[in-house]
Amino acid sequence: MMRFLLLFSRQGKLRLQKWFTPIPEREKKKIVRDMTTMVLARKPRSCNFLHWKDLKIVYKRYASLYFCCGLDAEENELIALEMLHRYVELLDKYFGNVCELDIIFNFEKAYFILDEFLLGGEIQETSKQVVSRAIEASDMLQEAEIDNSDYDLELGWP
Amino acid sequence: MSPSVRLQEMIRVIRGARTQGEERGVIQRECAAIRAQFRQADNGTRSHNLAKLLYVHMLGYPAHFGQMECVRLIASPRYNEKRVGYLGAMMLLDEKQDASLLITNSIKNDLSHNSQYVQSLALCTLACMGSAEMCRDLAPEIDRLLRASNSYIKKKAALCAVHIVRKVPDLGELFTPAARSLLCEKNHGVLHGAVVLITELCERNPDTLEQFRKVVPELVQIMKGLVMSGYSPEHNVAGISDPFLQVRILRLLRILGRNNDTASDAMNDLLAQVATNTDSSKTAGSAVLYETVLTVMDIKSESGLRVLAVNILGRFLLNNDRNIRYISMTSLQKIVQTDHNAVQRHRGTIVDCLKDQDASVKRRALELSLALVSAVNIRSLMKELLLFLSSCPPELRAHTTSGIFNAAERYAPSQRWHIDTILHVLTTAGGDVRDETVPNLIQLITTATELHCYTVHKLYRALITDISVQSLVQVACWCIGEYGDLLLRGECEETEPVQVTEDDVLDALETVLQSHMSSPATRGFALTATMKLSTRITHNVDRIRSIVSIYGSCIDVELQQRAVEYNALFKKYDHMRYRGSVCGAPSPSLEVCDLLDLLGGSGEPVPSSGLSHTVPGPATSTSGGDLLDLLGGLDAVERGSVKVYEKNGVTLKLQTDSQTDTGMTITLTATNSTDGDITSLTLQAAVPKSVQLQMKAPSGDVIPARGLGLVTQTVLLNNPNKVSLKMRVRVCYSSQGAVCQDTVQIDSFPSPAW
Repeated sequence: MMRFLLLFSRQGKLRLQKWFTPIPEREKKKIVRDMTTMVLARKPRSCNFLHWKDLKIVYKRYASLYFCCGLDAEENELIALEMLHRYVELLDKYFGNVCELDIIFNFEKAYFILDEFLLGGEIQETSKQVVSRAIEASDMLQEAEIDNSDYDLELGWP
Repeated sequence: MSPSVRLQEMIRVIRGARTQGEERGVIQRECAAIRAQFRQADNGTRSHNLAKLLYVHMLGYPAHFGQMECVRLIASPRYNEKRVGYLGAMMLLDEKQDASLLITNSIKNDLSHNSQYVQSLALCTLACMGSAEMCRDLAPEIDRLLRASNSYIKKKAALCAVHIVRKVPDLGELFTPAARSLLCEKNHGVLHGAVVLITELCERNPDTLEQFRKVVPELVQIMKGLVMSGYSPEHNVAGISDPFLQVRILRLLRILGRNNDTASDAMNDLLAQVATNTDSSKTAGSAVLYETVLTVMDIKSESGLRVLAVNILGRFLLNNDRNIRYISMTSLQKIVQTDHNAVQRHRGTIVDCLKDQDASVKRRALELSLALVSAVNIRSLMKELLLFLSSCPPELRAHTTSGIFNAAERYAPSQRWHIDTILHVLTTAGGDVRDETVPNLIQLITTATELHCYTVHKLYRALITDISVQSLVQVACWCIGEYGDLLLRGECEETEPVQVTEDDVLDALETVLQSHMSSPATRGFALTATMKLSTRITHNVDRIRSIVSIYGSCIDVELQQRAVEYNALFKKYDHMRYRGSVCGAPSPSLEVCDLLDLLGGSGEPVPSSGLSHTVPGPATSTSGGDLLDLLGGLDAVERGSVKVYEKNGVTLKLQTDSQTDTGMTITLTATNSTDGDITSLTLQAAVPKSVQLQMKAPSGDVIPARGLGLVTQTVLLNNPNKVSLKMRVRVCYSSQGAVCQDTVQIDSFPSPAW
C-alpha cells in the first residue's frame, strides 16, 4: 500500500499531504523534511526511485511541483509512477491545464479528487472518466445545496 | 459574497507576507477569528472557517482546536459541511485522538445515507483513519455494503474492508464470502478492489489462501481478457488495457502460486503469454512485464519460463530509461543466488552499468557485480571493479573496497595477484579500507615467502612516491623493516630491482616519522621498522641509534615508550639484538622478550607492553593471536588468555598483560563468530572495594562478523591491600537487532603471557 503522498514545490513548501497510516504529528513533520531534502537534492536526470528506511520512495517532478509517495517494500515502482501520472492527469482535466497556483488556492478540491482516486493507500478506480464524473457530480451536489438551501439530500445520483 | 472567496483571500494575504514574522502575525489573527467563529452558533460559514484552518495546518501551524468543529460538521445534514468536516477529520484526527471516537456514530449513519456521495465520504474517512475499535463496530455495515450496493459504493467498501482487515485481522473471515463473489463483477473498479481484498486476506490467513487457490483459473481468465482485448478507451494506458488491474492480478497469482505446483501449472501459459505479448515501449507495459517477471521467479514455474523472465530483465538492462535499468538490477539482485548462471549471462551489461551517471544505478551495479564474482571471471571482473574504484562516488568507496577484498580473498588465482590487487586498492582508496586490512595484508605477505623480495620492492616504490595513505605506509614500513635486507641486496626475479643504499632506506623511514601526515600508529610502525633494520644492515647502526634516542623524548607517549625500550636494547642488551638469539626467561618487567620477537622475525607489530594505553588506530593490539606465534611456537598468547564468556557466537577472552605485587593489567578481547556484525558493544567491570579499577578506551564498539575482526579493551587494576582479586564483567551488545546483556564473574586470573 501507499503510506503517504506529498506534493511540494521546488523551494520545499508543502502543497498537499495525505497520510494513509496513523503517525504522530512530529514524525509527519520529520518525514516531510526528510523527503523534501532527499528529493530536492536529486540531479535532474536521475532515476525516480529511492530507498528510505524500509520504504520505497517514488517521486516525479511536474513543472514546479514534486509528487512524492512512500510505498511498502513489495510494491511495484513502475506502476506507482503511473499512479502519480494518473493523478496529475485527473487534476489537469479538472482544473484545465493545472498549475501549482491552482493547487494552492483550491487545495481542498485537490484532496477531493485524490479521495476519488485512492482509498486507504490503494487505487479505487482505474478509469479516468469514472473518477472525473464522480467529482463533477459531487461538485454539482454542493453547488445545488448552496444555491438552494432547502435542497434536501433525499435523491442520490446514479 | 461567496464565502469561498474569503478562503482564497486569506491564502492570498498569507502568501503576500514578506517575512516569516509577518506570516505568523496574519495567521495568528486569522486563527483567533476562526476560533471566535467556532464558538458562535451556526452561521453558514463554518465549513469555510474549517477550510481556512486546514490551510493553516498545512503550513505547519497548530490546528488542534478545530478537531471538535470537524465532529460537528460531520454531523451536519448539509453535504458541503460534511465534505469539509470529513476532510478535516482525515487531516486533524487520527486514531490516537479522543475526538475520533465521537465520529463513529456519524460515520455509521452516513454509511446508510440515501446519497452515495455521503456514503462515499464516510467510507473514505473510515478507510483513512479508522481505529481498531471503529473498525470492529462498523465491519458488519461494510460487509452489507459489499453485497448490496452499486459499483460506486462496492469498490470503496472493498478497500474499506482491506483497511479493517489490516487493523483487525480476525475480521478477515467476515469478508471472505463477499470477496469471493466480487470476482464475478465486470466493473474494473470493483474488480480491482476485490483483488486487493483477496490479496490481503490470503496474506494474513493460510487457510484463506488455500481456499482462494481454487479461483486461479478465474483470475487467469480475467487476465486473458485484459491482455487479448481490443482497445478499450476507458482503461487504456499506452496500449495496455488497465495496467493497474493487471499488476494486482499478477501479484495475487504470485501469492497463490507460491509453493504450490497445481496453482503454478494453471498460470504457466498465461504468464508466458503476458511475457511475450506485452509491449514494453512505455512505462505501463514495463510495469506489467516487471510484475510478471517477479511472479514467474517466485512460483514453481518451468525452467523455460524462468529463462524467459531472466532474459526480460536482461533486456531491461539495455533500456534507455534509467528507472527500468534500476528495477532490472534490483530484481536480478534478488535472484542472483538462485539463478546464478542465468544472471551470469548478462554480466557484461551489468558491468557496463558501473559507468552509469546515476548514483542509484551505480550502487545496484556494484552489488550485482560483487555477487557475480566467481573463480572463472575473477581476473576480468576485478579489472572492472578496480577501474570503478578509481572513479566511484565517495559514499560507495568503503563498500567497494570491502567487496573487492572479500572477492580477492575467496577467488584469488595466485598470491602475487592477491597482493597486487590489495596494493592497488590501497593506492587508489587507502583511506576507505577497513581497519583489519593492514594486519590481514601483513599476514598474507608473510605467508607468501617466495614473493617477499617482490613485495618489498613494490612497497618501497609506493612509499617513496606517496606517504599520505596511512594503511599503505604502515604495511610498507613493516615490510621494509622485515625484509629490508632483500631490498638492499639489489636483485629481484619478479620485478626490476632498485639500487638503494642503507641511507636511502633510512631516509624513507625517517620521512614517514617526521611527516605531519603520519598518524601515531604509522609512526610506531616506522620506528619499529627502523629498529628492526639495525639487525639487517651493517653500516648505519649509529644512525639508527640516534633516530631512536631522539624519539626517547617524543611527546607521543607510545613512541616515547618504544624508543626508550629500543634504546635500552642498544645499551644493555646489544648482544641480544641479533636474529636468532633468544635469551632465557627474562624478568617480565623488562619486557625484553617481546622486543626480541620483533627483531627475531615474527613480525608482530604490536606495542609490546600491556601498560596504560590502547592505540585506537588500525592494526595494533587486536590481531596478536592471529599473526604468527610470538616466541616462535611457545604459543604464548593462548597460554596467557582465558575464555570468560561465550554465548550467541560472542566470545570474550581475558589475558593478563602484566602483573606485580600490587596490581595487574589485563586485556579483554571480544570476537564474533555469527554472520552479522555485533554493534553497540560495551564492557563494564566491578571489583572488590579496596581495589581500584581503570578501564581504558575500547578499540571500538563493533565486532565484525565471522571472526573478521575483534575489539579489545585494557583494564588496569591496582590492589594496594593485596586482597584476593575478583572481577565481575557486564557485557552488553546488539546482535541481529536484539539487545543482549550478560554478567560474568571472574574469580581467577591467568598468569601473564610471559
